Amino acid sequence: MSATPRTLFEKLWAAHEVARTDDGQSLIAIDRIFLHERTGTLALQALEKAGRTIRHPRRAFCVMDHIVDTKPGRPGLTRMPGGAEFITATREAAREAGIRLFDIDDPSQGIVHVISPELGIALPGLTLVCPDSHTCTVGGLGALAWGIGTTQAEHALATGTLRVEKPLSMRVNFVGRPDPAVTAKDLILAVIAKHSATGGLGCAVEFAGEAIDALGVEGRMTLCNMAIEFGAWTGMVAPNEDVFDYVNEREFSPRGALWDQALAAWRELTTDEGAEFDRELELDCEGMAPQVSWGTSPEHSTGIDALVPEPDGDAGRREAMRRALDYMDLAPGQKMDELAIGAAFIGSCTNARLSDLRAAAKLLDGRRVAEGVKAICVPGSMAVRAAAEAEGLHRVFENAGFEWHESGCSMCFYAGGDGFGGMRTVSSTNRNFENRQGPGARTHLASPATVAASAVAGRLTDPRKLS
Amino acid sequence: MMRRNVDTDAIIPSREMKRVSREGLGEGLFANWRYADLATREEAPDFVLNRNRYREAKILISGDNFGCGSSREHAVWALADWGIGAIIAPSFGEIFQANCAQNGIVAVVLPEEQVDAIGAEAERRELRLTVDLGACEVQRVGDRALPFSMKPREREMILKGLDPIALTLSEHAAAIEAFEKSDRTARPWA
Ligand code: SF4
Repeated sequence: MSATPRTLFEKLWAAHEVARTDDGQSLIAIDRIFLHERTGTLALQALEKAGRTIRHPRRAFCVMDHIVDTKPGRPGLTRMPGGAEFITATREAAREAGIRLFDIDDPSQGIVHVISPELGIALPGLTLVCPDSHTCTVGGLGALAWGIGTTQAEHALATGTLRVEKPLSMRVNFVGRPDPAVTAKDLILAVIAKHSATGGLGCAVEFAGEAIDALGVEGRMTLCNMAIEFGAWTGMVAPNEDVFDYVNEREFSPRGALWDQALAAWRELTTDEGAEFDRELELDCEGMAPQVSWGTSPEHSTGIDALVPEPDGDAGRREAMRRALDYMDLAPGQKMDELAIGAAFIGSCTNARLSDLRAAAKLLDGRRVAEGVKAICVPGSMAVRAAAEAEGLHRVFENAGFEWHESGCSMCFYAGGDGFGGMRTVSSTNRNFENRQGPGARTHLASPATVAASAVAGRLTDPRKLS
Repeated sequence: MMRRNVDTDAIIPSREMKRVSREGLGEGLFANWRYADLATREEAPDFVLNRNRYREAKILISGDNFGCGSSREHAVWALADWGIGAIIAPSFGEIFQANCAQNGIVAVVLPEEQVDAIGAEAERRELRLTVDLGACEVQRVGDRALPFSMKPREREMILKGLDPIALTLSEHAAAIEAFEKSDRTARPWA
């Protein structure tokens, strides 16, 4: 008799379940904990104050990414008001705790969710947590990774486990073959637009289908990055050989016999034929246009060839839409691709990996950013930056009129950067919340290609019109 | 605050997280909405927490997906510091909800119609509600109580202020040891 077919999530969960607690939660073993200076330092400090130690210091890591300066030739601290304290406190806490810190001047420094896979800290089949909501990014490798709070991070550090209520399982099936210009970012925006920002609430979501199989490793991470914007507990994609190649020979990846064992285990990380999910959703990708957001929630997204929508649905939704239109200074019926922009941003844990920069550079090559548009590119990590420079991409960006920065979260959230206060900005990031990129900033989320095309045209633009 | 998708960036904007500390964050609570001028802290008169009858509010009523977005626990610390002890909404961002439980804030999930009804009433007049954690009910004088559900352990943690780390170590130390031992054989590469 064959075993009951299991989902990828079920396999990952079972491999990490230490115990069931008396109130129906599970105690889940945590393989890796990543911290950053904005939320992690408090966890380290609290632990020390309570006289507790880290159970597995070699499985814990820390990075400076959120509020560090990204202007070229940046200082060892930050220009952000009050930010220096976060940096010095983080250095001290990481040293006291004896964990590896990727400091501002470390060549491996970068945005936590970009460097954890680059360094082989995130791997298929592992559990990884970080007090940061976009930890789900590395679900793109087939890891079980989710964002937690600072107090939970203390728990994970001290006990090597977390108490978690088992989420439901969901599969989102991408049906049909998308246009080659449609990227992972467009796919995930379309899912959230169709099924809402709470569509994945309470669920561990597996993304599947022909369009997903065809995605590169970095695209898978872009997709899973925004699982949180879908309300999901986390997102994941079953890893394939490309993923295994990607993680091979990274600084912290297993080697030799251990690598062979790992590989054998990872090849089992798929959803078995016939396994059942608690929920299944669908997205038809056939004929879909590149997506762009119009409002103040990622669910406010539509095709670049579409019109600004009329508020619809129930009263709560209509009210939210009206409020968003007001904040974004838009009226229903305006053409998305006629909206003039003041700024363009390529960066963040969503879309600032090498493939993203290449896609943007391809459109920028030999072109110039439109007059009056402030354009900035912040590579996701110093390693991405170095690789891009080795290919000469920095010249393409600079010649086109983009600022070329060092790595960090930067203007994704107006803490490390200057912000886009009051400007209409097309951005490769993940959150178009009110004021997210600076007071009064109006953010339109899009793929790096759409950001590049829009920067050149000076208005939101379908990248297919430029290529 | 009858809006949907109130995100943690709105609850505590990143620039209001000025110190490496859990304390004193109440001042930055909803700063972008609450202040007409961020620098001088001049109040925006329309904002709900600036209305006289709600300056001392302990219960916040909001729309769907409250606390979505960033995982920053500062959002919960800011609410608690300002004086909020319970939030009623049809649903919450999951990380936020977990953070509430860790910090003694009761996140009450009620059906949308019920939340809309009490929200609308609170708009019209001063509304006095009690969130009774012992009974798991939202109570109103002269009206029927609205039951909500909450995990016994979560409730106990809030009522007794239990330390989850100590609990895990006292209840599950042996299980963790055993798991780690067998895991070293099963997944030596991990
Ligand atoms: S890049 Fe933006 S979304 Fe990603 S971790 Fe940094 S602040 Fe968060």
